[in-house]
Amino acid sequence: MSGGHDNHGGLNLTLHVWRQKNCEAEGHFETYALHGISEHCSFLEMLDQLNEQLLSEGREPVAFDHDCREGICGSCSLVINGQAHGPDRETATCQLHMRRFHDGQTIYVEPFRAQAFPIVRDLVCDRSAFDRIIARGGFVSVNTGSPQDANAILIPKEAADLAMDAAACIGCGACVAACPNAAAMLFVGAKISHLSLLPQGQPERRRRVLAMVEQMDKEGFGNCGNIYECEAACPKGISVENIARLNKEYLGASLTARPASEAAGGF
Amino acid sequence: MTTPTTPILDSKCPSGPMSERWSKHRFELKLVNPANKRKFHVLVVGTGLAGASAAASLAELGYRVTVLCIHDTPRRAHSIAAQGGINAAKNYPNDGDSVRRLFYDTVKGGDYRARESNVHRLAEVSTSIIDQCVAQGVPFAREYGGLLDNRSFGGAQVSRTFYARGQTGQQLLLGAYQSMMRHVGLGKVTLLPRREMLDLVLVDGIARGVIARELTTGAVERYAADAVLLATGGYGNVFFLSTNAKFSNTTAIWRAHKRGALFGNPCFTQIHPTCIPVSGSYQSKLTLMSESLRNDGRVWVPKHKGDRRSPDQIPEDERDYYLERIYPSFGNLVPRDIASRRAKEMADLGRGVGESGMAVYLDFRDAIARDGAPRIRERYGNLFQMYERITADDPYKVPMRIYPAVHYTMGGLWVDYNLESTIPGLFVLGEANFSDHGANRLGASALMQGLADGYFVIPSTIGAHFAGRKLGAVTTDHPSFAAAERDVQGRLGKLLSIDGRRSADDFHRELGLVMWNHCGMARNEKGLKSALGTIRGLRAQFWENLRVLGTGEELNRELEKAGRVADFIELAELMVIDAEHRRESCGGHFREESQTPEGEALRDDASYAYVAAWQHASDGPAMGWNLHREPLTFEEVKLTQRSYK
Repeated sequence: MSGGHDNHGGLNLTLHVWRQKNCEAEGHFETYALHGISEHCSFLEMLDQLNEQLLSEGREPVAFDHDCREGICGSCSLVINGQAHGPDRETATCQLHMRRFHDGQTIYVEPFRAQAFPIVRDLVCDRSAFDRIIARGGFVSVNTGSPQDANAILIPKEAADLAMDAAACIGCGACVAACPNAAAMLFVGAKISHLSLLPQGQPERRRRVLAMVEQMDKEGFGNCGNIYECEAACPKGISVENIARLNKEYLGASLTARPASEAAGGF
Repeated sequence: MTTPTTPILDSKCPSGPMSERWSKHRFELKLVNPANKRKFHVLVVGTGLAGASAAASLAELGYRVTVLCIHDTPRRAHSIAAQGGINAAKNYPNDGDSVRRLFYDTVKGGDYRARESNVHRLAEVSTSIIDQCVAQGVPFAREYGGLLDNRSFGGAQVSRTFYARGQTGQQLLLGAYQSMMRHVGLGKVTLLPRREMLDLVLVDGIARGVIARELTTGAVERYAADAVLLATGGYGNVFFLSTNAKFSNTTAIWRAHKRGALFGNPCFTQIHPTCIPVSGSYQSKLTLMSESLRNDGRVWVPKHKGDRRSPDQIPEDERDYYLERIYPSFGNLVPRDIASRRAKEMADLGRGVGESGMAVYLDFRDAIARDGAPRIRERYGNLFQMYERITADDPYKVPMRIYPAVHYTMGGLWVDYNLESTIPGLFVLGEANFSDHGANRLGASALMQGLADGYFVIPSTIGAHFAGRKLGAVTTDHPSFAAAERDVQGRLGKLLSIDGRRSADDFHRELGLVMWNHCGMARNEKGLKSALGTIRGLRAQFWENLRVLGTGEELNRELEKAGRVADFIELAELMVIDAEHRRESCGGHFREESQTPEGEALRDDASYAYVAAWQHASDGPAMGWNLHREPLTFEEVKLTQRSYK
């Protein structure tokens, strides 16, 4: 089809949306009827219309995180009909369009759920645990101004491509939401892979993996059970190979390094 | 409404040979002794490329840094959405590039409305940016031999653009974010997410802090510092529909403006030529398709008005590859302002495509035939996928439909060569300032400027503020903080109490339409004058008929939006006044009254070779501003009519 235009009539939908006043309050589903939704609008634009409707009825709109609406900022944190980011493969919620749904459909909308992602309000959750993991080792320690010429570091195209595959992670946390153990190993594995595949990441390779895993455990994320729900939910198609690489790196570092707290606390 | 005055703004640009100015200036700047650096506290607002790179670099130097971030995490800043690449004068491809050529291209591309000294510095530090990012592990594209790959980009005839697939902004931002998070881990940077700056606090005329709202609890907070850096991005969302993210707003710089910072060239807006066209009234934002696509895609429309055949039914000799026809030497790679205006012209002539007729084709048929689909997929795979998601069309088979959309604002707070605004101690970085792109920004130069400001300029220039001024100790107990907090609380309370009928988004959409129609791709006196009246009327309505539910003491997205829309409405008034006052065409500012016989922008250098810096003077039904002019002198690049033919 070639188009991108309003279909006439549109979709009539029943939405069950998770409402929760704040972190401490108890949450519940509320049910809303929506009429005449264009199949060409995005899922978030459908929620915009719901919010306009609620506002006009004097009811408080649904809070949800969103920003770029082009699938790259990683703000989206919705579970749609039981699936993180909804039914489409490699698609963040903001890129999901209503043509994927049919007239008369019932849709459940919930926030990402994990112990390490407390709910802030309605569909908004707190994913700052990811920042704390990165702060422990998800970087290369280079100060501004000191580096050598960029082309002095030769990197085989294959290695650069593989590193880029891992670096494409948008930090949305769908991997955690989809995992029965609420593990963050795809997220952590992606960063470990990105940096350990490149020559720049070598000097800190061991201390990085030990420190990041230590923080990951501290935040209350679970362990990988090889179910691969994370890969299936990932909007960027990050492969579970990265979890294998994380395990390999962690094992190698554990066998050769000092305790993580000592090694990472370092200088 | 406006009182023309002409005090000369001091840009503090160094003198002497252009290529030595930046090193001379750095030598002449006062230094802060390493032991003293830890006594100074820097507040950085915004965590995109400019803010995150500045925070990391300043922390490395030993300053105490506090960072306010509007998102739940700094990694979501809108720099992340930049797709195509970052320019640097490395000349790795041996195709004749140099610092001088990048400087020249940028001054010319900006249609001679940028400061030469700033642009030269930008070109100089561009090479260090690439070195820095590679050292951080940014996975730029490589050739098989392991060297960095480059590509060409709109507005340039050399290949100087470095890229990481179609996600260059993401990778550069993550590099800066990770560097900043390293210092968060080391305790040198204090990161405060979900904070929105709502006012600037001045003590004795110097910027000494901000008032911010914690967005999840609604708590209004005070932050004191010895310097304030605004790296809060551009204001393209004044048009409601733009390629900017939904959080992108003008409030931080607008509040600083109303506290006395001059606003430079507010009407200079970049309309990006390759975006996915508007499809319906529910549309909440527009999506950019990287202009790197113009390297391989050919832009065309049917030769005949009203030709509604599907593109594969239109034979070659009935297609008009109009950019290649009009601009044989640059072809599809003409600068953004020109590509946008020509697309609008085709649509206005009735030769646009798609159901609305407000689109042109970007066709990859020939590139796929030449290089094969796998090579094209390697270059643009994620963009093609994104396009298909949104439109349900497969660009490997059907030409993309594209149309211009608001993308970037060259205007912003006026800053001197040190990136300092007219308020001492208030520095403005990245898209939030007005400085380096003149009236039109070249592709792949926004990332370059954000990182140049953050990694390389501010770490040197901020020292002049600390070493050159006596800064007394100031805490948040100072009466200026109490007064600013009262203003903020008053504004929030007012927004919550209007109890009208219309949502903030509803006002915002209306404002956007007025701006797009009258202060968008083409502007004329009649349209601008009518827009001014409409905007003032809209502002009055807003304060009478806005509806915000809930309270200020909780996560309240409607309240947040309302505050931003209130500031956008005021900014829109200034943009229109600026556009009306500049009766020449230059770059992205196209005044229909001022064009060449071929329909190109016609500058009036005798009257308008200056930066228009506006000083807020009064509120009221019609707001008032005083105009200051910073004359632009061109010593190195000869002023000519831009030609890309």
